[in-house]
Amino acid sequence: MSHPPAAGKAVTHDRAALRQALAAILPTELILSEEEDLRPYECDGLSVYRQLPLLVLLPETIEQVQGVLRLCQRLGVSVVARGAGTGLSGGALPDANGVLLSLAKFNRILEMDPQRGIARVQPGVRNLAISEAARPHGLYYAPDPSSQIACSIGGNVAENAGGVHCLKYGLTVHNIQQIKLVTIDGELHEIGGLGLDVPGYDLLALLTGSEGMLGVIVEVTVKLLSLPERVQVLLAAFDDVARAGAAVGAIISAGVIPAGLEMMDKPAIQAAEAYAHAGYPVDAEAILLCEVDGTNEEVSEHVRTVRGILLQGGAIEVRTARDEQERLDFWKGRKSAFPAVGRLSPDYYCMDGTIPRRRLPEVLQAISAMSQEYGLQVANVFHAGDGNLHPLILFDANRPGELDRTEEFGGRILELCVQVGGTITGEHGVGMEKINQMCSQFASAELQQFHAIKAAFDPDALLNPGKAVPTLHRCAELGAMHVHHGQLPHPDIERF
Amino acid sequence: MDNTDNTDHSQQLAEQIAEAAASGRALCIQGGNSKAFYGRLPQGEPLSVAAHRGVVSYDPTELVITARAGTPLKELVATLRAENQMLPFEPPGYGENATLGGSIACNFSGPRRAYAGAARDFVLGTRVINGRGEQLRFGGEVMKNVAGYDASRLMCGALGTLGLILEVSLKVLPLPEAQASLVFELDPASALARMQALARQPWPLSASCYLDGRLHLRLSGTAGGVSAARQKLGGELLADDEGFWAAIREHHDGFFAEPAPLWRISLDAAAPPLPLAGESIYEWGGALRWLRGEQDMQALRALAQQYGGHATLFRHGASREHVFQPLSPGLLALHRQLKQAFDPVGILNPGRLYSEF
Ligand SMILES: Cc1cc2nc3c(=O)[nH]c(=O)nc-3n(C[C@H](O)[C@H](O)[C@H](O)COP(=O)(O)OP(=O)(O)OC[C@H]3O[C@@H](n4cnc5c(N)ncnc54)[C@H](O)[C@@H]3O)c2cc1C
Repeated sequence: MSHPPAAGKAVTHDRAALRQALAAILPTELILSEEEDLRPYECDGLSVYRQLPLLVLLPETIEQVQGVLRLCQRLGVSVVARGAGTGLSGGALPDANGVLLSLAKFNRILEMDPQRGIARVQPGVRNLAISEAARPHGLYYAPDPSSQIACSIGGNVAENAGGVHCLKYGLTVHNIQQIKLVTIDGELHEIGGLGLDVPGYDLLALLTGSEGMLGVIVEVTVKLLSLPERVQVLLAAFDDVARAGAAVGAIISAGVIPAGLEMMDKPAIQAAEAYAHAGYPVDAEAILLCEVDGTNEEVSEHVRTVRGILLQGGAIEVRTARDEQERLDFWKGRKSAFPAVGRLSPDYYCMDGTIPRRRLPEVLQAISAMSQEYGLQVANVFHAGDGNLHPLILFDANRPGELDRTEEFGGRILELCVQVGGTITGEHGVGMEKINQMCSQFASAELQQFHAIKAAFDPDALLNPGKAVPTLHRCAELGAMHVHHGQLPHPDIERF
Repeated sequence: MDNTDNTDHSQQLAEQIAEAAASGRALCIQGGNSKAFYGRLPQGEPLSVAAHRGVVSYDPTELVITARAGTPLKELVATLRAENQMLPFEPPGYGENATLGGSIACNFSGPRRAYAGAARDFVLGTRVINGRGEQLRFGGEVMKNVAGYDASRLMCGALGTLGLILEVSLKVLPLPEAQASLVFELDPASALARMQALARQPWPLSASCYLDGRLHLRLSGTAGGVSAARQKLGGELLADDEGFWAAIREHHDGFFAEPAPLWRISLDAAAPPLPLAGESIYEWGGALRWLRGEQDMQALRALAQQYGGHATLFRHGASREHVFQPLSPGLLALHRQLKQAFDPVGILNPGRLYSEF
């Protein structure tokens, strides 16, 4: 990769000695040190970055996590937390000179309380498992990332994960009540509460999306919502991408907040159809999937309104799912779009910028122009209602230079998102991947403030080192190579 | 809107804070000063944000509004209403001069809170000045943004101790097409049980309040949805629906008029009626309970904690020393370190939240 992870601390730790020190805290079968055992942990969902850690630890109790962190702080060993490893920004990429702390064994639902509409779960519990356990009680957990069969709730909190239903029901930060967090000094903190607010600072908000930089989440209490009385999904086909983009804004401004509003372009439609047989119109340039939920009466009214807007907005076809099976089929295509596109090409690279909805048509056009320029195909699948884009750049890492071109193309998409008033990441996090683009989104005083927040929790910078927030030094070096809009990003920093 | 006095004072404010930091002078940040009653006693030289006002951008189709902190809340609500939109957290002003910045700094939310979310849930981004006098921008105007730590939401409820809020971007929502409120005569335990049962089912609820033996429920949504729910739920239709909820939100109801200490207890909605002397109002499906009268503070706080919550001496306390529920030693340490990270000299609203920072 063109920007390899920063090297670990100056001190190099000895694997065998560290293993021995940890054996006082963890049974040895929970400490992996053989290369073949470490291999499965070398990357997360962004597999172009790979790195073996010194050791992989698989603690089973909160006390063990506390002990491990206390020891690592004392020895100055870095710690990277890992949930299910589905992250798409290299957030769980190991540090060569540190330990990888897997929360995989924390996989129990501790309490399901349908009366109060909450579930208390361990961080390694899979997102979908919560909704499955809640369903018999008529409840569910709203945030539903497309990776929900695999990703862990701890990882969701660490990334502030979103999903197709976040337009109406919010992100992870809106759907959790309390967490238990172990800081690097081994202290266990209860953050949040069972009421609707807390005394003091909103640490729950600060920790949500903090990418494993501030502490290790060892328990999560999530809010459960009642399953809607009725759900209906409409599928609209368009012969023009910009028109589909405009229809998104029209639906929202008509006062309807759909439960989900997703868009796919032609390459994505065709890939998803070949893979999932969802019944998509394969000749369309774009489709919108619009789900509305609520009481029976509300849904009827909203379906009527949305259908009208779609037709008026130039849809060439609008279908309403005939039954629950067809509704699930419509979604199956969307939810399997990533692996479906993955079959089209040896590799794909998923971007995650978010833009103001009104800029959708022009940004899609610009991406398509860049796709020609780089000679790399792009499939677009995204959370249109939120303006959260997921352009998938298709490439072949075995062709010399293609990965670098892909990265450059991706970087330009993200910078475009920032330029039109958006952000480099809507839900996948900065991790290792977007560390350079952070320099274009934030000024040095802001980055310094982030480092100060980090130091408030982790003064020795041992948790997930080198991720999420770039050093000013790095931004300055990058700025020297790459001048944005005729302005150096950090004019106040010495260049060398 | 009158644009003549809508000027950008951020540079001036930043300079004032930088100077105060250099000389170690404490500042007391003020918007409309409508919330001077809240929190521990303000100390320091007043620094007014009121002149830093005006809507910076508003595109109704994006469902986002960005306004300067000194913008009067009333003006903001009117601007949105003209486009058939609203602040979903229905913030109380507690006074004519309430500003956006003050509402966010207090994280105050009104009757819709339990059903739509709190102020912090709708904050997309902020511009703030930290205790070094640096202007910082966090988050933005888009619905999803995970670049950098969420310092914007951290400002909500921090009472200005981490930064002076200059500007806030908020997610807004369309006004519901229809609204109606229903009233039911119930005893306190049954009212709580009823609110809880309803929360577990998909009703178009947007507010709940129990006072004087009567449970008030507000329904909001599509015309068909509201009328169908009305029929199924029964009860008596509340005549002055707008007036009732405004009086609860703004504390104009007679319950709040007396100068006895007013406690705000925020806790698990499933908690039973608390065995405490004094009159109560329940809101937010049972998760918010107002209690009037002298209380044994320790006992009250222990009880609130037992039900996963906390108690605030909201108004009319004999002393303003222990307004907020004390933090655990571990959390207090994190709070102090965060305060240090944003305001190393400790000049921004010191002691307003806790005596320690
Ligand atoms: C096919 C596919 C589709 C996806 N779709 C979506 C989507 O729709 N929406 C979305 O938001 N994301 C999506 N993702 C990304 C990913 O699934 C999410 O980011 C998810 O939240 C990661 O969870 P995880 O358990 O796999 O975390 P990991 O990848 O293991 O870790 C992610 C980050 O969280 C940290 N972390 C993990 N657990 C803890 C813990 N207990 N305490 C502290 N830090 C921790 C790690 O250090 C790392 O920085 C998708 C990924 C794939 C592969």
